[in-house]
Amino acid sequence: MISLEKRPTPSRAWTYATPFLAVALTVIAGGLMFAALGKDPVAAIRTIFYDALFDPQFAAYSRPQLLVKAGPLILIATGLALGFRAGVWNIGAEGQYIIGALTGAAVGLALYPADTRMIFPLMVIVGALGGWAWAMIPAILKTRFNTNEILVSLLLVYVAENLLASMAVGRLRNPEGGGFPGSRNLSQWDSAANPELIADTGMHWGVVAAFIAVIFAYILLNRHLTGFHIRLAGQAPRAARFAGVEPTRLVVLCLGISGALAGLAGIFEVTGPAGQISIDFNVGYGFTAIIVAFLGRLHPIGIALAGLLMALTYIGGELASFMLGIPAAAIQAFQGMLLFFLLAVDVLTNYRVRLGRREASA
Amino acid sequence: MDLSAISPTLLVASLMVAATPILLAALGELVVEKSGVLNLGVEGMMITGAICGFAVAVETGNPVVGFFAAALGGALLSMIFGVLTQFFLSNQVATGLALTLFGLGLSSLLGQGYVGIKPPSTPRLNLGPLSDLPFVGRVVFGHDWVVYLSLILCVAIWYFLRRTRAGLKLRAVGESHDAAHAMGLKVRAIRLAAIAFGGAMAGLGGAYLSLVRVPQWTEGMTAGAGWIALAIVVFASWRAGRVLVGAYLFGGVTVLQLNLQAAGVALPVEYLSMSPYLITIAVLVVMSARGTRRSLGAPADLGKQFHAVH
Repeated sequence: MISLEKRPTPSRAWTYATPFLAVALTVIAGGLMFAALGKDPVAAIRTIFYDALFDPQFAAYSRPQLLVKAGPLILIATGLALGFRAGVWNIGAEGQYIIGALTGAAVGLALYPADTRMIFPLMVIVGALGGWAWAMIPAILKTRFNTNEILVSLLLVYVAENLLASMAVGRLRNPEGGGFPGSRNLSQWDSAANPELIADTGMHWGVVAAFIAVIFAYILLNRHLTGFHIRLAGQAPRAARFAGVEPTRLVVLCLGISGALAGLAGIFEVTGPAGQISIDFNVGYGFTAIIVAFLGRLHPIGIALAGLLMALTYIGGELASFMLGIPAAAIQAFQGMLLFFLLAVDVLTNYRVRLGRREASA
Repeated sequence: MDLSAISPTLLVASLMVAATPILLAALGELVVEKSGVLNLGVEGMMITGAICGFAVAVETGNPVVGFFAAALGGALLSMIFGVLTQFFLSNQVATGLALTLFGLGLSSLLGQGYVGIKPPSTPRLNLGPLSDLPFVGRVVFGHDWVVYLSLILCVAIWYFLRRTRAGLKLRAVGESHDAAHAMGLKVRAIRLAAIAFGGAMAGLGGAYLSLVRVPQWTEGMTAGAGWIALAIVVFASWRAGRVLVGAYLFGGVTVLQLNLQAAGVALPVEYLSMSPYLITIAVLVVMSARGTRRSLGAPADLGKQFHAVH
């Protein structure tokens, strides 16, 4: 008989060990999945985790992609983690990401073809504001009407996707694009472009912003009273209320920050790697960031590492699909599995496993 | 624009079809939440059911077998959630999200070879002279068996929750798992059973989308239906009868906006397409403004972890 005994405080050792254990278990389960698909599991895993970075033929292309993909994931996940810590569940980051990209791009395109580098920072600011405003909808509904923020923020993703479709074929469509959907190419317009800052590294302004966000989040959580309140509200809501923490303020703050960061990720993406507003420029970073946040233990530095790992599964997955014909959907399932294993092994952090019969006095 | 092209008969008839997937999923989630478990993985279970049902129906040529497979697929997937939340004591919100993310990936993986195929059709039931009645015949008695199954299940679930001993036990577990445990009820077993039932219902709902309503398989075809089902449970204040009302209202909105699209209303298609989501949000706001979740009838231990010490 196996029984669980609650630890007085979460185990520090397991807090650090569980993400690695979860990754190891996911690799095993993923290998089984690839085997079930009729692919060589060892080759598949090696392609995803090793060849993507070290294969002489592909590494030159893949390595810069690591930062390109990790940037938005880290940026969004850092914001989400603040909310998740406080028990504020923003799961609509994908929508805030889209709206940030739309508003930022709209401002830039309104000034086309002005030739000043000031346009790019303006777009970035407006993009952040757009994401913030979109996140304020669930925040205000939550604080004013006590409406569940999980459902509202998620449903708004579908609204944002429809808005994006409408804008890509309507208002923001490239007038010189021969009627094809999609906006002007922002990455090729010097005033708005978000270029690679150091050649062949993938480093662009979005990646810089991500690392700044990580540092700020770290300071906020560990050195600032607001960060303490966020942690307190998540761990002991009652104690937080007695300590004078205003839940309303935290909801607005957490949703606002995560929305603004998701909006930033969106505008950096459409001015850089994606290049333009198109119907499907969003590839689900807003959802994958949820996995990144948990994999990083809701800790800013952990998130930076988790973002890099998750980016690796994206580029490794692309390589595996190209080399071995593993469907892209398998990688999505793989990422989902990672979250399952993480949640499962987390029990070791909070509970002690006891073998044998429970004692009567327990 | 020609609004007269919208036939009220067809509108009401297609409303029932549009509402059925959400009704099935929402009824399942109702039972799950009544047992005190919040499973946010409805979307993932629905889409997994959609592809399981579709694939099996295509392979066997029999849609009924497809629906069974969908229920089984949804229930199996829900067991991942069940084991994680009940035995590994994981956070229900996070695990539900994981289930949705995983289900979306898994379904498009399973659906690789099924894009662009037509499934075997699910015929309308022939109810003899009833189906020949004017208006009522077409609207009420002109559907396939799943529509009636969903209505029967609605009554059955109401009866189960309100009038049977087993239903009382399930509600007791949802209201206070500690008290229920002290009374000797098997909290985990009851919750696992509820989660499996919810998964099967979501699977059925998904299969109805891919086998009847669309009928086709496309990636991500549930398009938020699972989340709307979750919202409808809140709208319904955790009551089976009101789940029916909510699902049919939602079906009505969906069908109306599709008809308006077809009639060529001046509004762009995308704005009509987003209307069901906006209306769902509006309904949630109205409901939550009326009181706290508790006063609306949410089970007291909804979403809380159960760890028996004794």
